[in-house]
Amino acid sequence: MTDMTVSQPKLTLGPVLFNWKPEALRDFYFRVADEADVDTVHVGEVVCSKRSPFFAPMVPEVVARLAAAGKEVVLSSLALIMTERELREARDLAGTEDTLVEANDISVASMIGGKPFVVGPLVNVYNEGTLAYLEGIGAIRTCLPAELPAEVVGTLVKAAKGEIEIQAFGRLPLAISARCYHARSRNLAKDGCQYVCAEDPDGMAVDTLDDEPFLAVNGTQTMSYHYLSLLTDLERLRALGVRRFRLWPQAVDMVAVAALFRRVLTGATASAEAAAELEHLCPRAEFANGYIHGREGHLYLESDA
Amino acid sequence: MELIRPELVCPAGTPAALKSAVEAGADCVYVGYRDETNARNFPGLNFSRKELEEGIAFAHDHGAKVLVAINTFPRAGTPELWHQAVDDAARLKADAVILADIGLIAYAAAKHPDLRLHLSVQAAASNPESIRFYAERFGVQRVVLPRVLTVQEIAALNPQIRPVETEVFVFGGLCVMAEGRCALSSYATGQSPNMNGVCSPAAHVRYVDTASGTKSQLAGFTINQFGHGEPAGYPTLCKGRFVANGKTSYLFEEPTSLNTLAMLPDLIKAGVTAFKIEGRQRGRAYVAAVVQAFRAGVDAVMAGRPLPDMDLDRITEGGRQTTGAYERAWR
Repeated sequence: MTDMTVSQPKLTLGPVLFNWKPEALRDFYFRVADEADVDTVHVGEVVCSKRSPFFAPMVPEVVARLAAAGKEVVLSSLALIMTERELREARDLAGTEDTLVEANDISVASMIGGKPFVVGPLVNVYNEGTLAYLEGIGAIRTCLPAELPAEVVGTLVKAAKGEIEIQAFGRLPLAISARCYHARSRNLAKDGCQYVCAEDPDGMAVDTLDDEPFLAVNGTQTMSYHYLSLLTDLERLRALGVRRFRLWPQAVDMVAVAALFRRVLTGATASAEAAAELEHLCPRAEFANGYIHGREGHLYLESDA
Repeated sequence: MELIRPELVCPAGTPAALKSAVEAGADCVYVGYRDETNARNFPGLNFSRKELEEGIAFAHDHGAKVLVAINTFPRAGTPELWHQAVDDAARLKADAVILADIGLIAYAAAKHPDLRLHLSVQAAASNPESIRFYAERFGVQRVVLPRVLTVQEIAALNPQIRPVETEVFVFGGLCVMAEGRCALSSYATGQSPNMNGVCSPAAHVRYVDTASGTKSQLAGFTINQFGHGEPAGYPTLCKGRFVANGKTSYLFEEPTSLNTLAMLPDLIKAGVTAFKIEGRQRGRAYVAAVVQAFRAGVDAVMAGRPLPDMDLDRITEGGRQTTGAYERAWR
């Protein structure tokens, strides 16, 4: 490869974190395979093991379709692994041949046992010591936690032997719990949850008592209400050496969102113009990029590049 | 099966609290340095190196151990502060360090092979495979379990990971999210447990008078509101009232604290090695009262006597109590 191709930035479509209906999820991936200008696509249930049996039968077909379309496929693991069944499923996933696996819990990295793997953003990589250790046991790519500021990202890019990926679009995964807040919001327990999380394909909005939009609930996961958008920060992050950006699927036109990020990365569209276009693509969303500026995660700050 | 007599691991935010805890019957006391290397980085709290040295001497004279919590995640580019914290704990003969970050654990294991390593709750090792990762690669000897598992799950876990020991929280403040995997605080305030050692920090708290009472706010977000004459609680983010699905509720958790006194027999039968009391930010009277109650409870269970009648309502200020994730219905 020439230096030119090495430095071309890549786009990753992260795993769908929400509980979409299996057919809708399959059709989403088929459209991504056919139309989305992304390099890598993640497939797999990250949030709640109760959801996975419904989509699991469709995974081989989806993976084959994505691969046939030239996408790199990565299978994402569950984030919080507690039960025997969850461990067994994680072990099966870790044993996958020919397809990369993303570890979203350290147990999965351990199970993969020396084969190449991807470190997900729900594994705590805050510094070069941890990065070096995980790269030493097979991590070839690391998607960093949401709360890291740009200067730390830059330090880690310099220290990394493999790829560094950062989250660039979508509701931020902020916390994971054993308790299901979606069920709790309906006075249900997790064991009898009736899968109420499926009613909110973009997450359930959580407002303050002043009716201020604040967070979003996705089952056992708590997310930001605001969508992360680093469109106006891409230039600075590229200057820091970041070459891979993750887009989290939301219930919007993700093919168009990916195209927009691509156009900014290739210089075809100015970032300010793209940011305005993103508002049209996500008419109900508010945007934030505070973390990358070293500030409160919910803030939106102009680029200081 | 022979029961393990669990150690009581007690918090000390100050040298005075350390002495109180030891005198009240603590087997171990855990402490942190006065900086961002630990998850209770609060103003006016924690130990200088000299205070730690004196505290270790006092504890050892009284047959107690001192564990040093260095359980935030080192900032990239400046690991020295955290490395020095580990080096000093080893030099001052701490009985163990409590660590969360893989890189820091690797450093401690390589640099101080004789230093005993405990895995912090902030590492959220929630299954046997994660625990073995830390035990087999770094020689971690004890894991503080995240507050996500039921007592039954803990009982099933212990035989799978022996000789690694488990430590569980039995009293005090309660995270409802998996510890070390929560960025809610930094989302609102810019400061997080993982990076800064604080959650919902006091510097961002405001109590605002309104026509109907008082609002408690964190970084400008209203976390709760209270009527006239009602005591306004601290706005810990996950213990606030929010509006979701058209309903106002304590969506994540009520303003409650963990109290497992009544389930001590079950936790002991589950094979747990150590019981941890939360609250390095608490005063010495609180620490002494909780330690005495749990000392009496553990001793009674081990002697085959019924649990003594112990009322901790006084020190929890009549607040709500929960057994949290230890009971499945909590989920």
